[in-house]
Amino acid sequence: MLKVIDASGFISFQDLGRRGYQSFGVPVSGAMDWFAYQSANYLVGNSEDSTVIEIGLGEITFQAKQDCVLAVTGAGYEVQNYIWTFPLWTSFYVRAGWHVQIKKTSGGNWAYLAIAGGFDVPQVLGSSSTYIRGGLGNAIQAGDVLQSGKPSTELTKLATRDFPVQKHIQYSQTPMIEVISGPQRDRFDNTFFENEYTLSKSFDRMGYRLEGKAIESSDKTELISEGMTMGSIQITNQGQPIVMMADSPTTGGYPKIANVIKADLPLLAQCESGNSKIRFREVDVEEAQEKYRMMMKGIGNGK
Amino acid sequence: MFKPLGDSALLVQLGDEINPIINHRVHALNALLQNTNGILETVPAYCTLLVHYDLDFTYQQIKNIIQEKMNQVNDSFQKTARRHEVPVRYGQGQNDLEIISSTLKLSIQEIIKIHSEKEYQIYMMGFTPGFPYMGILDSRLEMPRLQTPRTSVQAGSVAIAGSQTGIYPLDSPGGWHLLGWTTLKLFDPTSETPFLFSPGDTVKFIPEA
Repeated sequence: MLKVIDASGFISFQDLGRRGYQSFGVPVSGAMDWFAYQSANYLVGNSEDSTVIEIGLGEITFQAKQDCVLAVTGAGYEVQNYIWTFPLWTSFYVRAGWHVQIKKTSGGNWAYLAIAGGFDVPQVLGSSSTYIRGGLGNAIQAGDVLQSGKPSTELTKLATRDFPVQKHIQYSQTPMIEVISGPQRDRFDNTFFENEYTLSKSFDRMGYRLEGKAIESSDKTELISEGMTMGSIQITNQGQPIVMMADSPTTGGYPKIANVIKADLPLLAQCESGNSKIRFREVDVEEAQEKYRMMMKGIGNGK
Repeated sequence: MFKPLGDSALLVQLGDEINPIINHRVHALNALLQNTNGILETVPAYCTLLVHYDLDFTYQQIKNIIQEKMNQVNDSFQKTARRHEVPVRYGQGQNDLEIISSTLKLSIQEIIKIHSEKEYQIYMMGFTPGFPYMGILDSRLEMPRLQTPRTSVQAGSVAIAGSQTGIYPLDSPGGWHLLGWTTLKLFDPTSETPFLFSPGDTVKFIPEA
């Protein structure tokens, strides 16, 4: 059990996401960085769909009300208990009464806090993921008391596990993001793939608006709304790309030049506004799927 | 006709216009694909069906499965579509009836009559949980979207835009012109049946005093 002392930024509960309701217009939600989310659960011995806390562009301070094992993953954050600093991507033992603070530094946007046993949060439409715009789930505020479930084994066995994150993913502010050509790729030339883009100030869990050289369209016919997913890159009428993220609406009406591959979504999610220089490269579906499978395997083995 | 949308979804294009027959085929294919091995979730839209698939299957395998089902789609397909009657308090609460009336040179009574005369098909759901995109609206009622969207539209508001009509299920921002509102609850996440409508259903508006 953790008591929230202070919280700022976008702080929410997230899990694997809300599946099965997209045809009714319900976004999937879930973690912005699925790799960090799954690794956090692995580190504390949770099942892969356990509920964690996602910290976005802010900080959270809490007090442990009983002994527990925690892990924080992600990029651009530090964890401390006023005396020492806990490394990210390692599980650690916290004694009842300790205060812990997770604070934004630089080099990323999102951190994931997992507790051994998982956070015990009511599910809505089969998921504990918070989707604020749709009124599903709740934001986390100062004063909240966060309950957790039963750890999978003794706490001492779950503490000080680490994860070789560098072997699987290299978070970077100058990433090469792999994409698959989108349904309306033919409308555009290669501008998007030949130039650098940065994350604008306008970004949240729904979408990342990028800035860079405008992308001209050869076919300006208005698109009839069609389904889209996290990673879909829509080009607005002004020629600027918007990458749809975890809370993406299920359908959209701008043409899609490409879709970020699952394996690279975490890299993009952690790109910072103004600071990042992002390039995009087209790959085929088979390559993308293989890359994703390898990453999943890495988490499963903890190696 | 088949295009990948990323590495775990595939977009099936059945046409390129807003047309009830094409949309009917989308819902027919959608129904045939439910509970199919390898297919996780589908998102029907006006003339496309987005299919999310299991990565234990290759893109080609999923394409073959869908192709096979497409051969079974025919226009006599009857979905288990339901028909809903929606009572509307036209001209009550937030509404734009006067602006619509002066723009379209129709009286408020005529607007209500034209809007409530027809039975509409739910082409797709999106925008917010439970929002039905319905058509085809009588061309006499075609209004553009608001120049500046409202930052807050109240749940239950019945609205029009272009050749479409819809109902806002939640308090949300919105750019459509409003006709009135319904007390029906379109989305209740705590209910056994969270959504009043499903894509493919039909809706008839009933004017209420």
